[in-house]
Amino acid sequence: MKLIYEKGAPGRRAARLPDMTNEKAPAFNSKYLREKPADLPELAEVEVVRHFTELSRLNFSVDTHFYPLGSCTMKYNPKACEAAAALPGFADAHPVWPQLRGGGLLTQGALQLLYETERLLSEICGMAEFTLQPLAGAHGELTGVMLMAAYHRDRGNRKTHIIVPDSAHGTNPASAALGGYDIVTIPSDRNGAPDMAAFRKALNAETAGIMLTCPSTLGLFVPNIREIAEAVHAVDGLMYYDGANLNAILGRVKPGAIGFDVCHLNLHKTFSTPHGGGGPGAGPVGVVEKLRPYLPISRVVKTQDGMYSLDYDLPKSIGYIAPFYGNFGVIVRAYAYILMLGREGLRETSNMAVLNANYVQEKLRPYFEAVAPGRCMHECVFSGKPLGRFGVHTLDIAKGLIDRGMHPPTVYFPLNVPEAIMIEPTETESRETLDRFVDAMKELAALAEKEPDALHRAPVSMPVGRLDEVAAAKNMDLAYTKSA
Amino acid sequence: MSHTSFIAAGAQEQKAMLDAVGAKSFDDLFADIAAEYQTESFQIPGGRSELEVLQSLRRLAARNSGRLVNFCGAGFYDHFIPAAVDALAGRGEFFTAYTPYQPEAAQGTLQAIYEYQTAIVRLTGMEIANASLYDGGTALFEGIMMALRHTGRNRVLVDEGVNPIYRTMLRCYMRNLSIDYVEIPVADGTSDRNAFRSKLDKETAAVVVQNPNFFGCIDDLSDLVTAAHETGALAVFSVYPVSLGILKAPGTMGADIVTGEGQSLGLPLSFGGPYLGFMATRKALARRMPGRVVGATTDAQGRRGFVLTLQAREQHIRREKATSNICTNEALCALRAHIFLSLMGKQGFVELAQLCAARAAYAKDRLTAIPGVRLKYAAPFFNEFALDLPRDASDVVSALIDKGIVPGFPVGRYYKNMPNVLLAAFTEKRTPEEIDVMAANIRAVL
Repeated sequence: MKLIYEKGAPGRRAARLPDMTNEKAPAFNSKYLREKPADLPELAEVEVVRHFTELSRLNFSVDTHFYPLGSCTMKYNPKACEAAAALPGFADAHPVWPQLRGGGLLTQGALQLLYETERLLSEICGMAEFTLQPLAGAHGELTGVMLMAAYHRDRGNRKTHIIVPDSAHGTNPASAALGGYDIVTIPSDRNGAPDMAAFRKALNAETAGIMLTCPSTLGLFVPNIREIAEAVHAVDGLMYYDGANLNAILGRVKPGAIGFDVCHLNLHKTFSTPHGGGGPGAGPVGVVEKLRPYLPISRVVKTQDGMYSLDYDLPKSIGYIAPFYGNFGVIVRAYAYILMLGREGLRETSNMAVLNANYVQEKLRPYFEAVAPGRCMHECVFSGKPLGRFGVHTLDIAKGLIDRGMHPPTVYFPLNVPEAIMIEPTETESRETLDRFVDAMKELAALAEKEPDALHRAPVSMPVGRLDEVAAAKNMDLAYTKSA
Repeated sequence: MSHTSFIAAGAQEQKAMLDAVGAKSFDDLFADIAAEYQTESFQIPGGRSELEVLQSLRRLAARNSGRLVNFCGAGFYDHFIPAAVDALAGRGEFFTAYTPYQPEAAQGTLQAIYEYQTAIVRLTGMEIANASLYDGGTALFEGIMMALRHTGRNRVLVDEGVNPIYRTMLRCYMRNLSIDYVEIPVADGTSDRNAFRSKLDKETAAVVVQNPNFFGCIDDLSDLVTAAHETGALAVFSVYPVSLGILKAPGTMGADIVTGEGQSLGLPLSFGGPYLGFMATRKALARRMPGRVVGATTDAQGRRGFVLTLQAREQHIRREKATSNICTNEALCALRAHIFLSLMGKQGFVELAQLCAARAAYAKDRLTAIPGVRLKYAAPFFNEFALDLPRDASDVVSALIDKGIVPGFPVGRYYKNMPNVLLAAFTEKRTPEEIDVMAANIRAVL
C-alpha cells in the first residue's frame, strides 16, 4: 500500500481554518522562521479518511481477531469505557486548572475520580495507597524502584542491588538500572519461580529488594512467596510486585497480603483499557504504609467538607515523575470497568481467565509440549522445541496461525523456555473461539510433520510475507525521504 | 446478577469446561494457591450495569467546569481537533491492537508509525524519529540520557526557559543517577549566551533549551548550538510542534536531539494525559535512541513492508543494559498526531501557526493597552507571552475564574520572583471577541 506521502497533489487540502484575511499575523524577523513549509501530505479529507481506514484493515486487533498474546492480557475493551473517557467534562479539562488559586472547584469531578480509583486499586491489591501517575508499566516499575531507593535513603540503608529472576520481563532489570541499582540475576526453577538456593546466595545486607512477577511469567503461582518475603524483609529489603499477571488472581489474592510492599499494575492489561497498537497504557503503583511518605507529588486528598484537592507539601516525596496526574483518559476507562465488574465481577474475571487457559492447555497437551505438568493459571506455556526434528520452529507455528485468522501467542518469551509459546486466552473469549484456536494449532502440529515447507512459507494470506528484519536494521530506513 | 463482567461463557458452558479440565469448581482451579494466601473480603462495591455506570460518570464529569474560556497553556494547549481524527483513531482495528510484534498482522499500525516518524522528521528538520515516548517531559529526560551516554560526560546545562514542570521531572529522575545538573537563568526572557559559554566545558554532555521557551519567547539558537558543539556537547531541544508550522526547525539550528509534547497535534487536554512524547535525532545517534522504532524493509517477493527495528537497543533484548526501560509507549497518540497533521496538510499547518500567532499579537495589543500592564520581555513571541501585571497574578486568575475565564498561568508558581507575571496562551480557538472580553475583565480587576 502507498505511503500517504506518495498520494495527493500540490495544493490539495483537507482541514480548513477560520478565514484570517481580517487578521494580522506578526512580521517575524526571518532569522526565526523556517525557509519553507514542512513537507506534510496534501490530500482531500476523503483521501485521508480512506488512507487510514485502509491501513486499519491491515491490522489484527481484539475487535476483529482472537488475540491470545501471553503476558499481554488482550481481553475485550468495553465500548462503555470509551464513552466515559470522551465525556467533554473529562476530555476538555486543562490539567493546571486545579493548581490555580480559585481553580479548585473547576475539576472536582476529575479529582474525585482519581481519588476513588486510588481507593479501589488499594483495596484490590491490599496496599495502603496508590499513585496513578506512572504512564505505563515500565514507568510504574521505575517509580517503584525510585520509591524503594527513597525508603532506603531515608532509613540510612546502604543498598546496592536488586535481585531479578531470569524469567522476568526485560523492563524489570532495565527499570532497576535506571533507578541507580546494580542487577543481580538469579535463575528460575521449572515453575518460573526464583531458584531458592540462588536466591539465598544473592540476598545480603546490600539487597534493596527483589522484583517478582506472581504468578510467574510461566503462568504458575510462586508457592514459597512468603518465605521469600520473610527473608527479604529480614535484611530490610523490599518486595516488588510486577502486576503483569494480576488477571490470574484478581479478586482472590491481594499482593499486599502475601508480603509485597510495592506493586505496579498495567491498567491496559488487567483493567481492560485498549492497548492502542502499543500504548497509551497506565502503570499505577501501590505501596504499603511504610512507603507512603515517598509517593510522587502531588497527592489527591479528600477534605473534611467532602471536597477534593491536591497536596504538594510532601517533603519526603521522590518528586515529580509525570507532568500531572497520570494518563487520565486511561484511568477513566479503568474506573468505569471496575465499577461495572464490582467485587463479583473481579473474581469471575480471574476464575474464567484461569479456566480458559487450563482448557486450552489440556486440549493442546497431546500435541505440544506443555511446560506445566499440572494446572496453569491465566496463561499456559508450551515449548516448540520438539518440532525442531521436522525443521519447524515456534515462529513458523506463529506465522501459520496468522493465515488461519488468529493472532499468534507470545513467542520466545519467557527466555528460560526454549522455543516458548505462551498463550493467554483471557476471560472474555468463548469456548467456540478457544476450540477454533485449538483446532488450528492441531492442524499446524500435523502440518509441521507432513509439510514443514508450507509452514516456512507462512503467512501467505497477508499483504506481505515474512519481512527481512536484518535488512531493516542494516538499512535504517526510518523515515521517507522523497516528496510526493 | 446485576454486574457486567464481559465473560463470554454462560453457566452451563463454564460447567462443561470445568469438567473438561478435571476441576470440580473454580476454587479447585486455584488449589495450588495456599488458602492462607487467598482473601475472602474485598471491600469493593457490587457491580452495576453499563447504563448505571455511565450515568454516574456523567454526573462526575459534570462536576468539572465545562464552559470556561481558557487562555491557559504552559506547554499544554487547547487546539481544535478535526472530527476525522476521532473517527479514524477510534477504529477498533487501531486501538484494540497490541504492539506490532507480528509485523505481517500489523502493517496498518507499522506503516502509520513509519509515516508518523516521517512527519516528525519533516517538522523538526532532523533525520530520524522514534515511534513515541510517554510525554514531553520524559522525552526530554530520555534525550538528556542519550547525550550523557553518547559523550561519556556527566554534566548537563539546562536553560531556565525550559518548562519548569519538565525541570521538576528532570531533577526527580536524575537524583539516583549522580548527574551534575545545572540550571542557567534566562536573560531578558531568552537563553543567556554568556552564562552558557562560561559554564560550557569538557565535562558538559548537553545544552538543554526550549523554543518557544516557557515564557513564549522565540529565539534563533544556532549560535548556542555552535558553542555547545565546540566543546563536544550535544544540543537537546524541547519544542512546541504547532510553532514549527512557521518557526525555524531545530534541525536547521544544528540540534542533535529534538523532543517535545505532541498533545497539541490532535490530542484532547484530558486533564493531563494520555499525551505524546516525540523524539527526533540524527542518524549517527540512532543506536542511542530510546523506545520503539519502525523501519521499512521488504519481504521475499520484494514487497515493501514495515517492522519494529533496531531492537537490540531495547529492554527485552538488552535488559539492564538497554538504552531505556520504556516498553509500552503512546502509539495511538502518535497515530492521532499523524492523522491531525495529514488533515492539516502542508499549507493548513502553516496557516494554523499563523492564526495562533495572529491571535496572540491581537491579544498583546489589547492587553498592553490596559494601564499598568506591560510585556514582561521584549523578545518576540509565538502564541504565548508573559505579562507583568500591577498586582498578584494569582489574584487576577482567581477573580477571572469567577467570570468563567481562565486568563492564563501565574508564573510565580514556579518562579518565586515573578508573583505578578501572567502567562497567557492563544490558539485558533480563542476568537478576537473572547480576547476582548478577557481584556475587559482584566482591566476591571486591576
